[in-house]
Amino acid sequence: MSAIAPPPERVWWKQPLDRVEGTWIAIALIWCLIMFFMMPYWHIFGKQNLANEAYRTTPEAYMKKAQEVVDKFTVRTETEQQIPVVRPPAGGDVYLVARLWSWWPILELEKGKSYRIHLMSTDWLHGFSLQPENINIQVHPGYDHVLTVQPTQAGTYSIICNEYCGINHHTMASKLYVVD
Amino acid sequence: MAVNRMFRICPSTGLTFHQPAEALMKANAVAGVVALLVGGTLALLVTLTRWQYVHLLAPDWFYLVLTAHGLNMLVFWIIFFEIAILYFAASTLLKCRLATPNMAWLGFILMVSGALVNNYAVFSGTSSVMFTSYAPMGAHPTFYLGLILFAVGALIGCFVFFGTLVIGVAEKTYNGSVPLVTFGAITAAIIAVFTIASGAVILIPTFLWSVGLVDHIDSLTYRTVWWAFGHSSQQINVSAHVAVWYAIAAIVFGAKPMSEKVSRGAFLLYILFLQLASAHHLLADPGLTSNWKIFNTSYAMYLAVLASMVHGLTVPGAIEVAQRQKGFNSGLFEWLRKAPWSNPVFSGMFISLIGFGFLGGISGVMMGTEQLNLIIHNTIYVPGHFHATVVVGTTLAFMSLTYFLIPVLFRREMLFPKLAQYQPYLFGLGMSAFALFMMGAGTLGVPRRHWDISFAGNAMPYEFPGAAWLMMALMAISGLFAIVGGIIYLAITVGSVFFGKRIVTPDFKYVRAAEGVAAAPQAVPPIAAHHPAIGAAGFVAPGTFVLAMVFLIAFVLYYFVNWKYLSTVWPLS
Repeated sequence: MSAIAPPPERVWWKQPLDRVEGTWIAIALIWCLIMFFMMPYWHIFGKQNLANEAYRTTPEAYMKKAQEVVDKFTVRTETEQQIPVVRPPAGGDVYLVARLWSWWPILELEKGKSYRIHLMSTDWLHGFSLQPENINIQVHPGYDHVLTVQPTQAGTYSIICNEYCGINHHTMASKLYVVD
Repeated sequence: MAVNRMFRICPSTGLTFHQPAEALMKANAVAGVVALLVGGTLALLVTLTRWQYVHLLAPDWFYLVLTAHGLNMLVFWIIFFEIAILYFAASTLLKCRLATPNMAWLGFILMVSGALVNNYAVFSGTSSVMFTSYAPMGAHPTFYLGLILFAVGALIGCFVFFGTLVIGVAEKTYNGSVPLVTFGAITAAIIAVFTIASGAVILIPTFLWSVGLVDHIDSLTYRTVWWAFGHSSQQINVSAHVAVWYAIAAIVFGAKPMSEKVSRGAFLLYILFLQLASAHHLLADPGLTSNWKIFNTSYAMYLAVLASMVHGLTVPGAIEVAQRQKGFNSGLFEWLRKAPWSNPVFSGMFISLIGFGFLGGISGVMMGTEQLNLIIHNTIYVPGHFHATVVVGTTLAFMSLTYFLIPVLFRREMLFPKLAQYQPYLFGLGMSAFALFMMGAGTLGVPRRHWDISFAGNAMPYEFPGAAWLMMALMAISGLFAIVGGIIYLAITVGSVFFGKRIVTPDFKYVRAAEGVAAAPQAVPPIAAHHPAIGAAGFVAPGTFVLAMVFLIAFVLYYFVNWKYLSTVWPLS
């Protein structure tokens, strides 16, 4: 009789489709396939993709590399904590450390140039959230994740943490400068 | 041990209730509503804190309360209620005795203990790790222990359900195939077994880690396996509330599925592909390839999205056909205009269907698209999405079903029937607006699970645009409407169950049924040419088809708007 009773026809699978169902299934399937092919399409023709370049490493090894870049390319320090502002050469590697509850160091990039930014946490999970661009990436401990980015506009950006990381999660914010 | 074979037939609906199954359904539904009461109270506190103008709680309390809110709502309320639905779909709909009621009670006791232990861990302040409890952030061992106990109990419930199906076949309590709603419940139970197994694979080692027996939990492994549990558990909800939609369409309208083949085929797609969706959560994570991400996140080419789009047509389509056959056959929408909009069982179900599709469904596909995820991941857009699916979709569907169950299962008259008419609108529309404003704020970058987006006292604060603050305030105000709707629901259900007037049937008694209570097998009717003389243009449900096309257009436009937005952010590779 209805959906809460067994189907009255024993061989219900032989009942022909109503036209409305058949039509909708065809339309929906085509839409689903379009959505599926959009992802590979964007990998080929789009500009915003993760390369998924990542390396397993340890906090110590990662900190060492980050320190080397900071030693070489620091241009000034900011805030009372004397956080170094690092201006790496275009095309170069630079290491951003996420830890409870800060980002270190501050990056200064040149507009239109591309950089290999490494992201890793040395303790818990964190979330790299670049505002107001709204680019959001998960940051893991033990996985050095390389993003090749190309800033398009000069200005002062913020990096906030958007993965809950404990009681002071909401204080984990930093800057990123893009200069002409 | 003697098998209890006592049944009663509901005089108003003709539904059959097995005595022990009835008691178990009541117990599970009541436990679910208690969890909803706790989770709802916490929802108020969370809302009032994220409304920066009020900013009610201190950070430690905020994170604690948010953790407890997630667990009580997403796990305890929904799964208790789902166990009640499983027993209903097997025992009542198949007119079959429930398998091993004592085991079912054991499962129930484990679930209650698990919920209590887990809540104790959270409220003691040692486990503010959020619903996701991402390692290497650790919770107190009792946090994981509570979840494990609860999961074991739920697993027992699933196997009692499967056992009941076997008894139904063995004792020939029904003829032919199981009803569609039971088929949906089977889908939910199969996904539940997969879900709980994944939960065991990750929570047991994490528990051992928390007591010091395992020395390292990899954060990426944790997220990968945990989401096979965390997201799949939401797929149980989808299957269960779609089954509830079909059930309500049948109960209110006598609606028959347009075709069993299509509706069951769509449930089958859920079983095959829905679990892949857990990959959605890992799109912005390192260490996984794009091939893996694209295949899984598209549920193997969106075959599970297809299934939801099919249900989205066939549920209202079945209602339309039933209404047209009753004579509401003119124009495109007479069937819908003349639907019982003041019956909360129907209005709640219909708002649930529309909200789940338009808000939850479309936003879910956005977040789950590999590249689009970059502009959404971990923003408040994400809770916006799942409040549309799990609250407007699942919770509201379950609420509507309760209005039907109060007289039928609990045999009580409903208190405040006038108020009940408005409840689905207040709750459903409030919650829809709440979800929508969350998505708006998320598009502007507002993070989820964040105590203070003003970054007060921070050396390097970020100033969110005024629109984001406005969205958060509107979100909170809409949330308050939904909370009032939730309070009305709790007042009606708790009030009716404990203080409602008992419905007394003269000469009522339980009847002993030796071998189930099925009617004799009927002659098989020939397959008739289907649904003659209704609808338009060869479509039996033209109104529903128009609604579906409106949905599709909204979906397509919003999809490409997001790609456009993505194309404006920094090139990234």
